[in-house]
Amino acid sequence: MAEDSRSELLSLSAYELAKKIEAREVSATEAARTANARVEEVEGDVNSFVTTTPQLALERAERVDARMKNGGIKLWESVPIAVKDVLSTKGVRTTCGSNILYNFEPLYDASALLNYGEDMIVVGKANCDEFAMGSSTENSAYGPSRNPWDLDRVPGGSSGGSASAVAAGEGWWALGTDTGGSVRQPAALCGIVGLKPTYGRVSRYGLIAFASSLDQIGPMTRDVRDSALLLQAIAGHDPRDSTSANVAVPDYLAELEGGVSGLRVGVVKELMGEGVQPGTRETVESVVRGLEGAGAEVGEVSLPHSRYGLPAYYIIAPAEVSSNLARFDGVRYGLRVPAAGVHEMYRKTREEGFGDEAKRRIMLGTYALSSGYYDAYYAQAQKVRTKIIEDFRDAFSRYDVLVSPTSPTVAFEIGSKINDPLAMYLSDICAVPVNLAGIPSISVPGGLSEGLPVGVQLMSDHFTEPTLLRAARATEQVSDFKFTLKP
Amino acid sequence: MQTQEKRTYQAVIGLEFHVHLATRTKMFCGCRVAYGDEPNTHTCPVCLGHPGALPFTNEKAVELGVMAGLALNCEVASRAVFARKNYFYPDLPKGYQISQFDAPICTGGYLDVPVPEGTVRVGITRVHLEEDAAKNVHVGESGRMHGSVGSLVDFNRGGTPLIEIVTEPDIPSPEAARATANHLKAILQAIGVSEADMEKGQLRCDANVSIRKPDGSFGIKTELKNMNSFRYVERGLTRELERQQGILEEGGRVTQATVHYDPVADEVHELRSKEEAHDYRYFPEPDLLPLELTAAWVQEIKSRLPELPEERKARFIKQYGLSEYDAGVLTADAELAGFYEKVAAEADPKQAANWTTGELQALLNEAGIGIPESKVEPGHLTELIRLVEKGTVSRSAAKDVLGFVFETGDAPSAVVEREGLASMGGDELSGTVDEVIVANPAEAGRVRDGDKKVIGFLVGQVMKATRGGADGGRVRQLLMEKLDGQ
Repeated sequence: MAEDSRSELLSLSAYELAKKIEAREVSATEAARTANARVEEVEGDVNSFVTTTPQLALERAERVDARMKNGGIKLWESVPIAVKDVLSTKGVRTTCGSNILYNFEPLYDASALLNYGEDMIVVGKANCDEFAMGSSTENSAYGPSRNPWDLDRVPGGSSGGSASAVAAGEGWWALGTDTGGSVRQPAALCGIVGLKPTYGRVSRYGLIAFASSLDQIGPMTRDVRDSALLLQAIAGHDPRDSTSANVAVPDYLAELEGGVSGLRVGVVKELMGEGVQPGTRETVESVVRGLEGAGAEVGEVSLPHSRYGLPAYYIIAPAEVSSNLARFDGVRYGLRVPAAGVHEMYRKTREEGFGDEAKRRIMLGTYALSSGYYDAYYAQAQKVRTKIIEDFRDAFSRYDVLVSPTSPTVAFEIGSKINDPLAMYLSDICAVPVNLAGIPSISVPGGLSEGLPVGVQLMSDHFTEPTLLRAARATEQVSDFKFTLKP
Repeated sequence: MQTQEKRTYQAVIGLEFHVHLATRTKMFCGCRVAYGDEPNTHTCPVCLGHPGALPFTNEKAVELGVMAGLALNCEVASRAVFARKNYFYPDLPKGYQISQFDAPICTGGYLDVPVPEGTVRVGITRVHLEEDAAKNVHVGESGRMHGSVGSLVDFNRGGTPLIEIVTEPDIPSPEAARATANHLKAILQAIGVSEADMEKGQLRCDANVSIRKPDGSFGIKTELKNMNSFRYVERGLTRELERQQGILEEGGRVTQATVHYDPVADEVHELRSKEEAHDYRYFPEPDLLPLELTAAWVQEIKSRLPELPEERKARFIKQYGLSEYDAGVLTADAELAGFYEKVAAEADPKQAANWTTGELQALLNEAGIGIPESKVEPGHLTELIRLVEKGTVSRSAAKDVLGFVFETGDAPSAVVEREGLASMGGDELSGTVDEVIVANPAEAGRVRDGDKKVIGFLVGQVMKATRGGADGGRVRQLLMEKLDGQ
């Protein structure tokens, strides 16, 4: 295929590409080749992937093309995708950005991937902070990914590799995971759309757990329509995940263009103040004015306990992590550092296998769960969580959708926060209340500040993704931003 | 043995049982529960603790757990929560065991345990659900991790559904502890909650033990482990109580510790306290929703609860006219009780009980097997009892017949014919009795003169002449008739 027709393909959204393939104007195989070529071209700059899988992408694309001839495929199946490296892919190395799984090949595919389809055209396993813990991908054992908008800046995290892959056109869309903003914050920093579905909407089976009660897989895409389509592909009840909800999956594209006329939109007071960069605040305000102009009823809303969200999150998530990462002990898979006895083997394996942030959170969580401290920390954090859920319930009795910045700042420079964990944690201050409450939320590019993208975060009540997506689609239309490939 | 001490020191014993539930599949995955198969042939990503794999609860296990709780007179919780118990060990693939902590399925029951002096009521603190660990196999001489050259893990057992049953410290002696264990085992088997075979590791027992001092104050408890039979429970507890008493009598203090029973040396050893300095960091299992146990569902399980051994025993006494003892022996083993009922339906219940608790039980004990493994069918015993009643075989010959049946599984009538064990007919026996009287005139005369003791000698002579083929009672009766009549 000629260079210019490839670049024409690369300019399409996932939905547009899928439609073109459905119309037989181009094949899935050609799409896969195009994605592979783009990876070749920019991967040295952006480091979006721990493992690239060009051969696998081609083989699966050929199967998709063959199946198209003999009956048909789901619309999304023909679109090449980047998959965060915490999602289990059968026979394909899955590292979680950690040295402790440097050689690990899962025995099975994550349920969300199987929902999408067995022939999912995976171009690579996207880089991330180790076990999804971080906001910059600097905690990856495989080096940081770089922001396609400015290669000296972080793409955000933890799903930073997924975000940089989409922004750079290494695949048309990606899957990330969001435990405390890990889909939305990198989406915001890379100028793409990131959706965290309602907890329980997408099966976690095969998602290598960071914090089980908060983790959720979500789409990272060029625009809102693509997020709706990708959510359609992965959502659904899964008996293998007891926390997945047995709630019917609606047609997420059906109401997408419905507009915001009469929609009640509340701007979250506590998330617009201190610590939010002026350029970011102005962008959000401008988008809100745009929504009002499009017919939304705009007001201000308070989430009084949201200020305790981050501290509560940094008890609950590390507590779960301290337990979830216990299985990486060198006995059955992954790294094993030989030693004289089993306890020494555990110690050396985990010492060498885990990076600093993983160790920090294991220690925090172990401490918080220790007898004598449990009530003061873990139990207290759970009470805060309940308060936050009640805050949202109140807010949703008066508003359909809430608005805030996704991240208080635009993309920061690589190395600028890595030695200051608290500064890094603050990057997710707007995002974590959503995970604690289990509600859906989406980040949509609202415009630029200092030449870098600003994400606008929208939130809605449990299982109201159709409303959320409709509001997000309108946001996209009123914002001063249009997706273009970087770098 | 220690009457003086018994009056001054009182044992305080609580037991903890781990019971494999009789489910087809594991607690949180679809792998089969199997014993003795090739290592690591019943595994999957879930029970191997692979990254990303999630548990899903076996509903049958929840049902059996509730059933056990109901049989132990417990309250069933309306909401029960799984919790993670965190610790590192190679047999624990996730680095935590899914168990229950502050919200178990059942609490607050009791068990009335029959003991020689009457009944001891043992409180049941709780029944909770959990998964079993895998099995470490240590390669090397000692068979333990220390000093082994290497260790292997068999994950077949990993994830097997378990209930843990914890009693109150209500048990007053090692003997009562053994009786409690036996009684509990019988109940679990009777209601089909577990096969409770200790050799397969389906039932395991630990004990908490302390001594209450003469002034009534409670002592420091130790945890006694590694008692893989109920006999060892009794012996281990006896040894541990002796050890604690020895310490107290020397003016020392018992320290809280785990104590290991060595059945070979019949000794207890205190493990270094460092080895058990655990903080399990329990917290609610975020991968599983709380169990909602509705009153209607619990009621439905209750209505299906089979007869308990105590109820069965009372019924045996009433329905079959059995002694307390026979009814107790029969109902202590659910399989044996079921066997007995089949025999008693077709033959005299008392005879059926005599044969089942007597000769048959002796043969089973000798072979070291239970009734399900034996070749004797209820129909065999029914037939044998009829043969004795009709006089076809003597009672003593019938014991031999049962021995052959036990070995071969052949029908008693076939055995009688093949082995020539039929009783002598009436005329033939009468003739033999006459011959013996003639051959022993002196003894016969003394019987006629009223010396009944000598009759035993004459019976013996007849039996000898018939080579045991006659019924002793019948011979005695014939002799009395013949010698009285003259």
